[in-house]
Amino acid sequence: MISIEPRQQISRGMRIAIPIIAALMALMLAAIPLAFAGAPILSAYGQMFTGVFGSVFSFTEMLTRATPLIFTGLAAAFAFRARLWNIGAEGQLYLGAMAAVAVGSGAIGAPAFVMVPLVLLAGALAGGIGMLGPAVLKTRFGADEVVTSLLLNFIILIFVQMMLEGPLKDPMGLGWPQSEPIIDAATLPRLVSRMRIHAGLLVALVMALVLHVVLGKTVWGFRIRAVGENAAAARHAGIAVNKTLLGVAMVSGALAGLAGVSEVAGLKGYLTADLSPGFGYAGIVVAMLAGLSPLGVVLAALYVASVFVGADSMSRAMGVSSFLADLVVSLSLICVLIGGFFARYRLVWHRKENAA
Amino acid sequence: MKKPIILKLAGLTKRFGTVLAADAIDLTLYKGEVLALLGENGAGKTTLMNMLFGQYTPDSGHVEVCVNGAMQRLPAGQPQAAIDAGIGMVHQHFTLAENLTALDNIVLGSEPLFSFRRHLQKARRKIEPLMQGAGLIAPLNERVGTLSVGERQRVEILKALYRDARVLVLDEPTAVLTPQEADSLFASLRHMVDRGLSVIFISHKLHEVLAFSDRIAVLRHGRKVGEMQTADADRGKIAALMVGEEISPPPREHVTPGNQVFSLHNVTVRRDSTRDSLNDVSLCLRAGEIVGIAGVSGNGQSALAQVISGLTQPDSGSLAVAGQPLHRPTPKTMIKSHVGRIPEDRHHDGIISAMTVAENLIIERLDDDLVQHRGFLRHAAIDANAERLCRAYDVRGPGIHARAGLLSGGNIQKLILARVLEQHPQVILANQPTRGLDFGAAGEVGQRLLEARKRGAGVILISEDLDEILTLSDRIMVMHDGQLTETTSRDRAAIGLLMTGHGHSQTHDPAPETTPGVQI
Repeated sequence: MISIEPRQQISRGMRIAIPIIAALMALMLAAIPLAFAGAPILSAYGQMFTGVFGSVFSFTEMLTRATPLIFTGLAAAFAFRARLWNIGAEGQLYLGAMAAVAVGSGAIGAPAFVMVPLVLLAGALAGGIGMLGPAVLKTRFGADEVVTSLLLNFIILIFVQMMLEGPLKDPMGLGWPQSEPIIDAATLPRLVSRMRIHAGLLVALVMALVLHVVLGKTVWGFRIRAVGENAAAARHAGIAVNKTLLGVAMVSGALAGLAGVSEVAGLKGYLTADLSPGFGYAGIVVAMLAGLSPLGVVLAALYVASVFVGADSMSRAMGVSSFLADLVVSLSLICVLIGGFFARYRLVWHRKENAA
Repeated sequence: MKKPIILKLAGLTKRFGTVLAADAIDLTLYKGEVLALLGENGAGKTTLMNMLFGQYTPDSGHVEVCVNGAMQRLPAGQPQAAIDAGIGMVHQHFTLAENLTALDNIVLGSEPLFSFRRHLQKARRKIEPLMQGAGLIAPLNERVGTLSVGERQRVEILKALYRDARVLVLDEPTAVLTPQEADSLFASLRHMVDRGLSVIFISHKLHEVLAFSDRIAVLRHGRKVGEMQTADADRGKIAALMVGEEISPPPREHVTPGNQVFSLHNVTVRRDSTRDSLNDVSLCLRAGEIVGIAGVSGNGQSALAQVISGLTQPDSGSLAVAGQPLHRPTPKTMIKSHVGRIPEDRHHDGIISAMTVAENLIIERLDDDLVQHRGFLRHAAIDANAERLCRAYDVRGPGIHARAGLLSGGNIQKLILARVLEQHPQVILANQPTRGLDFGAAGEVGQRLLEARKRGAGVILISEDLDEILTLSDRIMVMHDGQLTETTSRDRAAIGLLMTGHGHSQTHDPAPETTPGVQI
């Protein structure tokens, strides 16, 4: 007979081992449909690996893909730590991108050292305000922020489409629904010449570090963790729960907004309604894979980006569908969640005792 | 004459993680007797009964029930088997559906799942003689949500009897009852026992065990440490068995009360339930005194504690600390005004179990320079503070960096005491401070409160445990239906009457009134 017993303490080694084992398990499970697709599994995975680590170009492509995922992953992880369920990173990303375009496509002319911080700030502010709405509805009226922040995504996306057909539309765009391009001074600088990788990555890494310090070392981080772990006890102990939640909402939305700025001002150069292939939602997966740790988010985002970029390369070389990437990421998440269960509980085998 | 055996527990053992909750316990129950199972909290009483009822599967050992004169072994871990064998259980926390009527609750679970018609009349014909015979009168057509606690308990017992229970297990049945309600419950049970019912009665209240049971079994740390006929038992002997050592009440020195440190004036809180309402409550607390607030839980104690904690703002009335009125107080203003709060539900409101012991010790003083410097936590100082407090207040556990949730109930309470008392509060609200603690830890809590009183703090002690109120308090007030009445009496029966809403007092007249109170 098998029974499930909770563990007293989760060891540090296990905390690190579980995501790695889960990632390997996901790749093993994904081998099954891969085999059905008729591809030789080992060389397919080999192709996936070289597709990421095979050249400087492919590696920087992976980092470019990871950049928005770090931002949205941080947005989700930070909010979730306070039990504020921000599902609206996708919409906040577009708000950030829209603010960046509004400020950075010629409305203001200034040198780069003014313009770059300005577009970042504008995008962060727009994203933050985007999450402030659902948070105020939650703290004032008890409205479920899962619903409000999620539904706001669709509203914002339609709003973006409207703006791209109207005030933000590029008159030189040959009728395409796209914004005017970001001016050079407001563009995030490239990190490596002739590669697409840009300074957004550095901003994302700094943000991860800042959040790590905030959560672990500051009074504000203490309050956030307290509110997340037990809001009733936090309130009893004199912590202003609602005020803390509003602050968290602002920062979480701002991070998602930065993802939008980074994509528009670092990569694409102008705003279209298909700027994000679901980076906001993928951020939730990244945050969960990372166990809501800010530094873990960086690693998880690199992993998810590797799977996507690698699978693209694999599908081109082997002729299998690139949807396999989604499959691997989904399986990874399931495996991590199962792994989390085994971190908290252990199975105990009992031998059936002899009847007296 | 030896009565026939009806139930036998043989070597029941249950382990939770590293804790041996029940260690090879043998117990025999005879037909038509009342066996009291006595022990401190955590002695293993409830664990044992849950194994009997099939809710826990024992690690080893088994249960035998007498069926038609022969002993049969009960399959482990199957409540339905226990019910079929005639074992009925009344839990400490009732398992009734509040939105259904009493009658629906009684037949719930014994009706076939797929049936087009309900045979409520038939059920009623079976229940009514049971009610008459046992003297357990409950309004069958009322929704359970509208019933009093005593009535709900009767519904629970009727539910067991309706399923032809021959053995009735009552887990701390009097915990929620007034002394008068408890007496009437015992009278009904005695009546049924005389007609052949067997009762296992779990309690940690010595006086009722001595008054009501035929035989007593004492549990301590998961073991059966004694068994005796009630007629041969005496208080001291049993108490010593339960605790394992002689205990004496904490010494209470004379302290002359000083100035008024805290007061409530005509505080009213209007909510849907009595539990969260206060009706024109006034209270005055002086330095160096303990005011005990007795009452059956759910009569507004929670609301009173919430107001004093700053969690609820009164609809009308005012409160003042050290003579200074507080306008719309929050928990933070209360802490700043030196009001220490020991919450009723220490897991829910007292600690953040996922955070460390050290973090839980500073949670009320995050703005202190001791704890932070320009918004950054001073980890070294926080750890030193934790080391010192754990030593001073004897908080034992896996260390200051362990999750507070890993501590035992007694140590969690000591952690909260350390956090509160370390800030030298002038006013202390202790809401059910010893509930669920064993004698040792409870004694320590009482000791700490007396020390604070000696230092000159005023203490408001809310407790359901009348003994605790009587030993610790300088003055006693009784809470009933959202109203607070002061009494000079120290007589259990007189206080009991006030707890049911009867009786009068000298200082405050609980006249039936419907005054809405004046909005301020």
